[in-house]
Amino acid sequence: MAARAQPATKPHPRHHVTAAFRDAGMTALIALGVFLPLIGFQTVTNIRNEIVLTTRWPLLFTLVAIIGCGRLCYALAIDPWLRRRAMKPVKAEVPAWRAAVGKWFVPFAIGFVIVYPPLVLGLVGFRGALKWVDNFGIQILIYMMLGWGLNIVVGLAGLLDLGYVAFYAVGAYSYALLAKTFGFSFWILLPLAGCLASFWGILLGFPVLRLRGDYLAIVTLAFGEIIRIVIVNFVALTNGYAGISGIPRPSFFGIPFNADDDGFAAVFHLPFTPVYRTIFLYYVILALALLTCYVTVRLRRLPVGRAWEALREDEIACRSLGINTTNTKLTAFAMGAMFAGFAGSFFAARQGFISPESFTFLESATILSIVVLGGMGSQIGVATAAIVMIGGTEIMRNLDFLKDIFGPTFDPTQYRMLIFGFAMVLIMIWRPRGLISTRSPSVFLKERKSISADLVGEGHG
Amino acid sequence: MADAADILLSVEHLTMRFGGLTAVDDLSFAARQGEITALIGPNGAGKTTVFNCITGFYKPSEGRLALRHGDASAWAALETLTASGKRSGKADGGALYLLERMPDYLVAQQARVARTFQNIRLFPGMTVLENLMVAQHNRLMLASGYTLLGVLGFPSYGAAERAAIERARSWLDRIDLTARADDPAGDLPYGAQRRLEIARAMLTEPVLLCLDEPAAGLNPRESAELNELLLSIRADGLSILLIEHDMSVVMQISDHIVVLDYGVKIADGAPSAVRNDEKVIAAYLGVEDEDVAQVAAEVRA
Repeated sequence: MAARAQPATKPHPRHHVTAAFRDAGMTALIALGVFLPLIGFQTVTNIRNEIVLTTRWPLLFTLVAIIGCGRLCYALAIDPWLRRRAMKPVKAEVPAWRAAVGKWFVPFAIGFVIVYPPLVLGLVGFRGALKWVDNFGIQILIYMMLGWGLNIVVGLAGLLDLGYVAFYAVGAYSYALLAKTFGFSFWILLPLAGCLASFWGILLGFPVLRLRGDYLAIVTLAFGEIIRIVIVNFVALTNGYAGISGIPRPSFFGIPFNADDDGFAAVFHLPFTPVYRTIFLYYVILALALLTCYVTVRLRRLPVGRAWEALREDEIACRSLGINTTNTKLTAFAMGAMFAGFAGSFFAARQGFISPESFTFLESATILSIVVLGGMGSQIGVATAAIVMIGGTEIMRNLDFLKDIFGPTFDPTQYRMLIFGFAMVLIMIWRPRGLISTRSPSVFLKERKSISADLVGEGHG
Repeated sequence: MADAADILLSVEHLTMRFGGLTAVDDLSFAARQGEITALIGPNGAGKTTVFNCITGFYKPSEGRLALRHGDASAWAALETLTASGKRSGKADGGALYLLERMPDYLVAQQARVARTFQNIRLFPGMTVLENLMVAQHNRLMLASGYTLLGVLGFPSYGAAERAAIERARSWLDRIDLTARADDPAGDLPYGAQRRLEIARAMLTEPVLLCLDEPAAGLNPRESAELNELLLSIRADGLSILLIEHDMSVVMQISDHIVVLDYGVKIADGAPSAVRNDEKVIAAYLGVEDEDVAQVAAEVRA
């Protein structure tokens, strides 16, 4: 930077500082105006049940001071730094270490998730491992799989689906009801649940695929709610709000995970602990998630995958090329629903208990935000977003040390959605098209160049 | 059908109404095998509506749009096919398709009528090569066993995909875009996007290529290159139906011109005949019918 000439338009330093202070002052004033009624005054009910107005000046002024100082900091230090960075010429060459990371990242990541349970077992022992493998491992992998499944519908085909959780619910209830009623094993019911979910996907698809954009989003949202409300009200079949309990758990090739003489621990001459089942479930969901990813990556390179992406780019052009857009959309819906069905039946088998509470709109929204946050269409982006979002919420449950700072009544999980929303806003400012926004072409003549997000369509529904 | 010998597409009594507005009124014309047929007319004459009817994007209010594959003797079956209520029928030397009965994607897939758009409709976020691969969707879909064999990694699909890439590459050479094959289509300059859209339409292996204002927005040099490209496509034996405003393109390359004004055909014939037609001149200059003779005389003077 030293060798470069100073830009001609650079303002005089003192003028710059004055402007920064004025800016900070204005910001603090606005903050004062906003927070004065919200924080400055408080109404409390006293012992005689009267409302009394109290003031909280110290808190108000602390907040206003923090905001003013923050703005000053931004104007004096962060903003000039950002400007300097924007003016630096962009290096066209990708540095060697980044190319190497890009090349080895996927094998390394897959290797890591495979050795993760033994690693955790070695580090924290049997007692602590349950939390790490179950809450972090399995939970994240379920959402990763759902994210990858929805990515087919939203990311590749560009159809905004707000009711994805419906297919997850279909998968879960299919497994729960069929396993309890007929006693079929998990491995038979897993593909069956996938088929049933994709059947429902097609059934929903037929009437709604004429719709586009907002209208499609609303109808899929409604479908998600319909499935949930049917589950709530069809008490004779689904037991309503009470849910279904005692769902058979998957066994290890016929050997159950229990403390009996023919249980897993006894057969392999190991001391009994529930961790074995958890680790087994971890590998099951890992295999299912990797299958989802593998199939999606393969489909992208097949004509059907290319047709999905072409559909997202321009539906009319697709029709002019002889592509049956209805069938293409239906396959996208069916594939996405099938993976949700797999994930749902796994979820039921893992929990042993399901109720409509697990299939609310919030779940759909979470899965959709994983896809959007990760970058629509990007497998690695969706995986990263699932780790950040689900791992992040799990970590929020484990921030007990914050109680030492904010007092024993402070519960960090209460602030979960607030922090979550804040993080979403930040990411949308910093990366409006998701963490990985570039598109990698499915076929190339000489070299694979990634495509900037500015050109890639977002779909019209 | 008197001179049915080499007619490829026959448009009979085509009428298209949008509510109270009649965009195309009782239009009949024919496009012959191996010829470039141009459809011209002032703005709002209904040219693009005719195109949308032929390619199945609109369902005509009235009329018959028949396309033949193979031998000219296929025309003999036209009336039987129309009466049968079917979309298409095999005839002695080929097949007949009634385009007004087919949805848009089947017009492209079965009747093999390809089209381009007035406002370019490429897949901007996909590479040039990917655009050309999407055009071969139906052929590749078959080769991948409707995705099933492809997912399982059967070798037959790999071979089909390589062949498709080869076909795409030969078209890239022809439109001079091989060097940019791996760039996103949205990054190409305007003229190159036009050429790519034509190549993409050609890769659906059509019998009739419909081009909606292919020379719009091109500079004279690009326009001349386009003429060459279209003539070379015709030399391969393909028939072209063309909407165009650029008279240098229309007059130089078309074999047959149909002129529309307010949805009605006002002239139909060889370029030299149409050029001197009084009604055509009047339509383009926007003159009332009574003054046509006078204006025509002035133009010639």
